[in-house]
Amino acid sequence: MGNLRFFTNGLLKENPTFVMVLGTCPTLAITTAAANGLGMGTATTFVLVFSNLFIALLKNYIPDKVRIAAFIVVIATFVTIVDLVMKAYTPDLYKALGIFIPLIVVNCIILGRAEAFAQKNEVLPSVLDGLGMGLGFTLAITLIGSIRELLGNGSIFNIRLMNENASNILIFVLPPGAFVTYGFLIAIMNRIKLKFNI
Amino acid sequence: MAKKLESTLKNMILSLVFISMGMSAALAFVYMKTKGPIEAAARQKETNAVEQVMPEFDNDPASSKNEKDGIVIYRLSKENVPVGYAVKSYTDKGFGGHVEIMAGFLPDGSIYKVTVLDHKETPGLGTKMTDLKFSRQFLGKNPDSFKLLVKKDGGQVDAITAATISSRAYCDALQRASDQLKTIRDTISIK
Repeated sequence: MGNLRFFTNGLLKENPTFVMVLGTCPTLAITTAAANGLGMGTATTFVLVFSNLFIALLKNYIPDKVRIAAFIVVIATFVTIVDLVMKAYTPDLYKALGIFIPLIVVNCIILGRAEAFAQKNEVLPSVLDGLGMGLGFTLAITLIGSIRELLGNGSIFNIRLMNENASNILIFVLPPGAFVTYGFLIAIMNRIKLKFNI
Repeated sequence: MAKKLESTLKNMILSLVFISMGMSAALAFVYMKTKGPIEAAARQKETNAVEQVMPEFDNDPASSKNEKDGIVIYRLSKENVPVGYAVKSYTDKGFGGHVEIMAGFLPDGSIYKVTVLDHKETPGLGTKMTDLKFSRQFLGKNPDSFKLLVKKDGGQVDAITAATISSRAYCDALQRASDQLKTIRDTISIK
């Protein structure tokens, strides 16, 4: 088969968040809570899978000189679909993520994968690549969201884990906390990668 | 592998036109499918917000509302007996700007319950205004006798520690709701 490696690539070896450091804008901005991270990750995964699928299908019909324009049209379509669907069925999450849903259009993971992978590969590997990258991104930002929510708010996924009166480390739900958490996680990931030689 | 289209002007125009047309068609389809649910979700949100601040009622809030200066007043009743008013009010004096609240008033003008609908206050400080710990002090108070100002400004409201500006904004929005309700209460009656 060998196709499976396209899927696992995005999870660890080429994790978009920790290894390629792509798409840091949503990574830093919306990870104040675990649920936000999961929602954002799912939305991005959906867009990634479908944009990769369509770009792999259409790649022979897109002349090189206009490829970026064509990719953006495809990506923007799926982002708008996600935007409408979330507005209709998960209004609370939609409100929490706000402007960052439409901004998936300019998330460099998606255009990056279209440019670097989908336009050079067949349909199945492209879909697997999108799925792997999306899940890698989802896991990463859900992890960051969980850590920030736990330290800054004493809960994970809104389930309270610490005493109501325990003082929280407020800075973790504020913007600087995002940088601190992100930095530590990248360091830990690098250490793990070195140790196991991935 | 089939040969890639060459970057001639004709090819580029055709390719972009067809891709754009296909994608617009997909979008139009999704838009039509989600239009209903989006409206329903917005209506549901309105009703939920009203339910949070009111005792039980059985009329439709969306069909018995007045709007003036951005403040929406819902008249609510149960079996045609008035139960009170829910007022959606706002202020721009929050620490992060706009704050939107929904306040429930009983027919005598006293506060039944207040909830914050939207805000951009500092997490962990200003956000405490959504906690019951803060909003509890308003329950049952009548703005005619209860001065809606923080103690620092000579009122009777216990401000949140380290979030005086957010507390002031909350009072401001509540005061605005009460004022608007007073001007309108004389001109309309609960059906």
